[in-house]
Amino acid sequence: MNWFWYASPQTFYPLAGRMAPWFAGAAALLAVAGLYIGFFVAPTDAQQGEVYRIIFIHVPAAWLSMFIYVVMAFWAALGLAFNTRLSGMMANALAPTGALFTFIALWTGSLWGRPTWGTYWVWDARLTSELVLLFLYLGFIALQAAIDDPRRADRAGALLAIVGGVNIPIIHYSVVWWNTLHQGASVSVTKGASMQSQMLSAMLLMALAFWMYSIAVSLVRVRCVIRERGEA
Amino acid sequence: MSDYAFYLWGAYGVTFVALLLEVVFLRKRKREAKT
Repeated sequence: MNWFWYASPQTFYPLAGRMAPWFAGAAALLAVAGLYIGFFVAPTDAQQGEVYRIIFIHVPAAWLSMFIYVVMAFWAALGLAFNTRLSGMMANALAPTGALFTFIALWTGSLWGRPTWGTYWVWDARLTSELVLLFLYLGFIALQAAIDDPRRADRAGALLAIVGGVNIPIIHYSVVWWNTLHQGASVSVTKGASMQSQMLSAMLLMALAFWMYSIAVSLVRVRCVIRERGEA
Repeated sequence: MSDYAFYLWGAYGVTFVALLLEVVFLRKRKREAKT
């Protein structure tokens, strides 16, 4: 299979159309499984009670908010380096979904924080850097929308996306580098998970569901962008 | 549960509505892009 064949908007357009329904279907199935385990199988938390079940959407949304930014910055950098039209379109298509997941992470975290910490919001390093991520997404979208020439908009957006990428390790390590109210990571590649297995299963299934959803909507959106730019 | 229902369903409800709105707006954009 020649992957470079799909590097042009014209050839990627039909492929994206064929792939999107599969990712949407996978997202729906994974979400049903994740919500079932999250609400009917995973036990009630001994300390937090039922409200802990917010983590089944909060943690996956927070992961996706950072992951989508990294993917968006990667496409943006690729477009800037090789002047490939599809790269800028991909970055453009990913930004709204990334912003949405950042908002969901902040919103659900706030609603979890009130009964758990006693406050909706604190200006600690994790919460503040996640808020900065939302502003980066919104800035990227606004900057691209403000420039009429799409190729110039892609280049300007790419610079912002790449520079803003410095915020991702800050979000991730904020709970290590600073003394934050937000707790440290519950799941670690090196240390494993510090939570009950059914809770972990629900959280991972929801993370996969959000991931598949993000791919599906981004593929549909990139098709819109390709059409709007007259490339299909 | 009733003590925390507002927080739990407030989180799930807004998430569901936000994702639903994204799909609705995307479908609208898709229709407009085709015309």
